[in-house]
Amino acid sequence: MKLTLRLERRLTPSRALGFLIPVFSIVLALCFGAVLLAAVGKNPGVVYQKMFSGAFGSRFGLTETVVKAIPLMLSGLGVAVAFRMLLWNIGAEGQLQIGAFAAAGVALAFPQAPAVVIIPAMMLAGFLGGALWASIPAALKAKLQVNEIITSLMLNYVAIYWVEYLVYGPWRNPKGYGFPGTAPFSPAAELPRLGTSRVHLGLLFGLVAALCLYFILRRTKWGYEIRVIGENPTAARYAGISLTRNILMVMALSGGLAGLAGMSEVSGIIHALQRGISPGYGYTAIIVAWLAKLNPWAIVVVSFLFAGLLVGGDQLQISMGLPAAMSNILQGAVLFFILGGEILVRNRISLTWEK
Amino acid sequence: MTSAVPSVQMLVITKRFPGVLANDHIDFSANAGEIHALLGENGAGKSTLMNILSGLYHPDQGDIHIHGRRVALRSPRDAISLGIGMVHQHFMLVEPHTVAENVTLGLDEPRFLLNSGQIEQKIAALSEKYGLKVDPEARIWQLSVGEQQRVEIIKMLYRNADILILDEPTAVLTPQEARELFATLKRMAAEGHTIIFITHKLDEVMAISDRITVLRKGRVVSTVFTSATSKQELARMMVGREVFFQVTKSPWRGGQAVLRVEAARALSDKGLPALKGVSFAVHEGEILGVAGVAGNGQRELAEAITGLRPLTSGEVYLCDRRITNQNPRQILDQKVSHIPEDRLGMGLIPNLSLSDNLILKGYFAPPLGRGPFLDQKAIDAHCRELISRFEVMAPGPDSSVKLLSGGNLQRLLLAREISCCPRLMVAVHPTRGLDVGATEAVHKMLLEQREEGAAILLISEDLDELLSLSDRVAVLYEGEIMGIVPAQGAQVEEIGLMMAGTKRARPAEVAA
Ligand SMILES: Nc1ncnc2c1ncn2[C@@H]1O[C@H](COP(=O)(O)OP(=O)(O)O)[C@@H](O)[C@H]1O
Ligand SMILES: [Mg+2]
Repeated sequence: MKLTLRLERRLTPSRALGFLIPVFSIVLALCFGAVLLAAVGKNPGVVYQKMFSGAFGSRFGLTETVVKAIPLMLSGLGVAVAFRMLLWNIGAEGQLQIGAFAAAGVALAFPQAPAVVIIPAMMLAGFLGGALWASIPAALKAKLQVNEIITSLMLNYVAIYWVEYLVYGPWRNPKGYGFPGTAPFSPAAELPRLGTSRVHLGLLFGLVAALCLYFILRRTKWGYEIRVIGENPTAARYAGISLTRNILMVMALSGGLAGLAGMSEVSGIIHALQRGISPGYGYTAIIVAWLAKLNPWAIVVVSFLFAGLLVGGDQLQISMGLPAAMSNILQGAVLFFILGGEILVRNRISLTWEK
Repeated sequence: MTSAVPSVQMLVITKRFPGVLANDHIDFSANAGEIHALLGENGAGKSTLMNILSGLYHPDQGDIHIHGRRVALRSPRDAISLGIGMVHQHFMLVEPHTVAENVTLGLDEPRFLLNSGQIEQKIAALSEKYGLKVDPEARIWQLSVGEQQRVEIIKMLYRNADILILDEPTAVLTPQEARELFATLKRMAAEGHTIIFITHKLDEVMAISDRITVLRKGRVVSTVFTSATSKQELARMMVGREVFFQVTKSPWRGGQAVLRVEAARALSDKGLPALKGVSFAVHEGEILGVAGVAGNGQRELAEAITGLRPLTSGEVYLCDRRITNQNPRQILDQKVSHIPEDRLGMGLIPNLSLSDNLILKGYFAPPLGRGPFLDQKAIDAHCRELISRFEVMAPGPDSSVKLLSGGNLQRLLLAREISCCPRLMVAVHPTRGLDVGATEAVHKMLLEQREEGAAILLISEDLDELLSLSDRVAVLYEGEIMGIVPAQGAQVEEIGLMMAGTKRARPAEVAA
């Protein structure tokens, strides 16, 4: 007798399970984290409680969570639209940096311009910067069939070091006491904030972007083409849908949204271009997009959850002396368990004894 | 029959796949010395049952007795050691190796004791004895499909298989090759082998088998002696209702050439010449059938006409306008529709809804598309209309296409391709894998388009289908047209010869 485990594909993935299993997966991820926490001698219950109250339990925590959700949301939406078309844009981080650079350039070049001019100009510059940066892997893919995963990833490093070069070198604020960053923007180039909190207008960008993306995918010819290519590229070719044009356009949109995330960070939070403007939002955005199954509205929600994890993680560092890596491990575990759980949504598992 | 105990006995075999009961309490037995046909439509469960007998699948339930002894078949190796050999629909040969190497591949006996001379002698002896002509030193990729099939059979005989299963062996053969195969099988049966022959073709069953077991939807309908049944009765058992074999069509009324292909050359996916100077014309209200064994340039021809594959030289004209190497959108805009061979891989998008699939060729222009937007109202109306007109059985326009059955998939595809009022239809294997009922429906739709005056290029492997639907039949062999003959009064013999590469001695027929 031998116990064998079989996976059988479900004809229609189960709906109820589609909701229950991710929840269950998150619980499992937390259990996994709990084991690690216990191993380093911390009480997991206390840690989780601190994380939660750190992220959602106070006005400060809550607004910080919203602040961090903004770049995740924007670049997550960007990543998702590319993933929809099976374009594996791993370069949101670099596109965000270039967007920030372009927006900062505009802000620094026109210190006298009024807000109504400079803010839209910075948005445009941020979007275009990210879009152009993403167009490099797009063009290589469309024209020469170069794998976009590698090129978009590599360009991240180029973008990050480009910004570093600027803020240590030619763009460094001469009055900044050697701090690696540009001079602060004029007040007109700062995104308006909500009351006294750090929550800024970028939140609206994110929500509007989600709405637009949803509308584009559902109601426009272009969105239809993206869906067809994503589901069956051969059928797209058969129907005369241009792959080249769509690769270029979708990557530009994808990079543009990440670029807008960069713009909203420098204009809404930092008010200058600095080293380390993003703690890896562009990478976390990939996880966010994936967990949200590339659905624009789900991305909005998942962004808040992940931002909470980031803020709560910071809290651990500050109040419990835990390494920052702990919250990265938790992020990774959540993704890992949810992807694992996917198998259960799509397949039925049967355990049988065989003779 | 030669012995009292059946050589194969399968009792209440049940096998379930996700969503289908492929075999439902099947009883099957075959005797030594007989050719036993397993007949049924696509999806009836024939391959599944025989894959169980050859040890590839495990039944969920049921017993197997070989020569009266109950056996457990855990792997193909177990089956081989009991003398059961199967020639699959898709051959399992190693292309770069020689025939002799393939025959001995995977055998336990230590190779170094048998020198290759001995192996080749044994192969030669087998091939002599059963009329299975093949050169033991040839490499597999150099062989035709028919020869590869012979290698598969020799492989089984070399392993002393006395129960030989062939899964739809004639699908890849010309009529002549099929006849040679039948002769071989008869010789083997006379020697006392048990031959199980899977097919869905009634003529073959009547020509070769001693007994027939008919399967329908995973169940045995009946087992009958061939001498005591008829094609008509078998069809009724297979389909579950009365079937009419004749299609009626009016004679061709004459008309302008809609499609003209001149000396077209194109490469295959591997970069080898697939079309080597093909010329023909299809006229208004005419169906031009293209016969040929699969893989002789049919797919490339369809793709070259519809803009999916570049021509390296030659021209294509649509109503005297040059469309050579235009892109697929330009060509479909000129009312050229295309029913591709690979329905789910190319023609449809399985994960999208019926309506998303139905607008694939029209979303970009009014009334379905307006400016940059899709007109949802127009789309809904359009899809509902097509779904009811073409009788696509589906819960609604928003349900996903992957849930449809084969026949309904093809209805959906035809609905879309016919709805543009095509001047030219390129239909590639439009009834492959469909049951008799769905096949009838597709035939009807194609003939209706012919009545409407469309020119139809019908590429098919089914000679009966080609002869009954077409006005003329062209035969494609290795990328060349061997000849074009009027379908009425065409000799199957002659077409068979052309399918095997004999050029037709040309009278004035090409002028048509
Ligand atoms: N490996 C498999 N996995 C899932 N379903 C299968 C598999 N093989 C066959 N089926 C299903 O079982 C049914 C019978 O298939 P098959 O035995 O191949 O029929 P036939 O050979 O008579 O055409 C079909 O509905 C087919 O889709
Ligand atoms: Mg089969």
